[in-house]
Amino acid sequence: MSNILKLFLSFFKIGAFSFGGGYAMLPLMKETVIDIHGWMTNSEFIDILAISEMTPGPIAINMATFLGYRVSGILGSIVATLSVILPSFIVMSLIFYFVNKFKNSPYSDYFFRGIRPIVLGLIASAAISVAMDAYVDLKSVIISLIIFYLVAFKKLNAIYAIILAGLMGLMVY
Amino acid sequence: MLLDMFMTFFKVGAFTIGGGYAMIPIIQEEVVEKKSWIEEEEFLDIIAVAQGSPGPVAINTSIFVGYRLKGLRGAITCMLATALPSFLIILLIAMVFFQHRNNPVVEKVFFGIRPAVVALIGSAVYKMYRSSRIKGMRLLIAILSTAIIVFTNISPIYLILAGGIGAILYYRNKERDVQS
Repeated sequence: MSNILKLFLSFFKIGAFSFGGGYAMLPLMKETVIDIHGWMTNSEFIDILAISEMTPGPIAINMATFLGYRVSGILGSIVATLSVILPSFIVMSLIFYFVNKFKNSPYSDYFFRGIRPIVLGLIASAAISVAMDAYVDLKSVIISLIIFYLVAFKKLNAIYAIILAGLMGLMVY
Repeated sequence: MLLDMFMTFFKVGAFTIGGGYAMIPIIQEEVVEKKSWIEEEEFLDIIAVAQGSPGPVAINTSIFVGYRLKGLRGAITCMLATALPSFLIILLIAMVFFQHRNNPVVEKVFFGIRPAVVALIGSAVYKMYRSSRIKGMRLLIAILSTAIIVFTNISPIYLILAGGIGAILYYRNKERDVQS
């Protein structure tokens, strides 16, 4: 199968199964691009994630553009980006044309009640899997704890958090 | 009109950093308050639909707003306008970044940044746990799904499907019990 077709299928799948925001799709994204296709290493994945935090746009799109470019150049980045938003386009079109039928259905309500705990679990597993690669020594664990404290309890903005952590890395390594 | 819509959503896509949810208030400000394209109440309905559908919530919202304003052409215009800024910026970074990735200074910076990514995701978990009041059986399901992803090769797709379909069956039976 050509890389372009692989990119299309992979990112279409990622787009179709991403519920609950960018972080929740990280396990699926990691499975697809690292475990199945071997398109990048764990640390590259985390680096792109960090870059996504500092650049505009949804993480899914950032990831798709980046990976598409790495795998097949500019054409790859266009294909991957369009594939990741295609499921959105299809679903939103269906809803737009059949909106009344959706609105009254309790089933979609049940569905989302059911996946909410799963989404929380998926995000937690993303944190654990990133930690396994990011925690290389005691210094990195300490950096992580400091940033966690500042973001979770002091409302530090993600961009400042990453700049601060980058400076800490420069100082201690 | 299409050009105006394109410019508006391009601006939204270009100036919201930190994931899709950060875009929602900006879209609201542009579409509801500044341009008066859509009523406040309808916008809230659109957000609910966008959050309840797969894919990035900002993209979903812009597609729906596009449909409401100019049908299919509007939907495509708004979707592409929202995605374009991040596409262009990341493409630029992708072209430059990997040439400098082995530079010792860049390496040191990323040694510091990687643990911060853990912290950012961790604090998202913490905030979601605090605000969603997931507890009891549902907390157990959350912990189990974490364990399954970390320790097995089972795809997250199956977890999402199992959770969603399981909940439909569970709540439907529960509702029947209440009625009978």
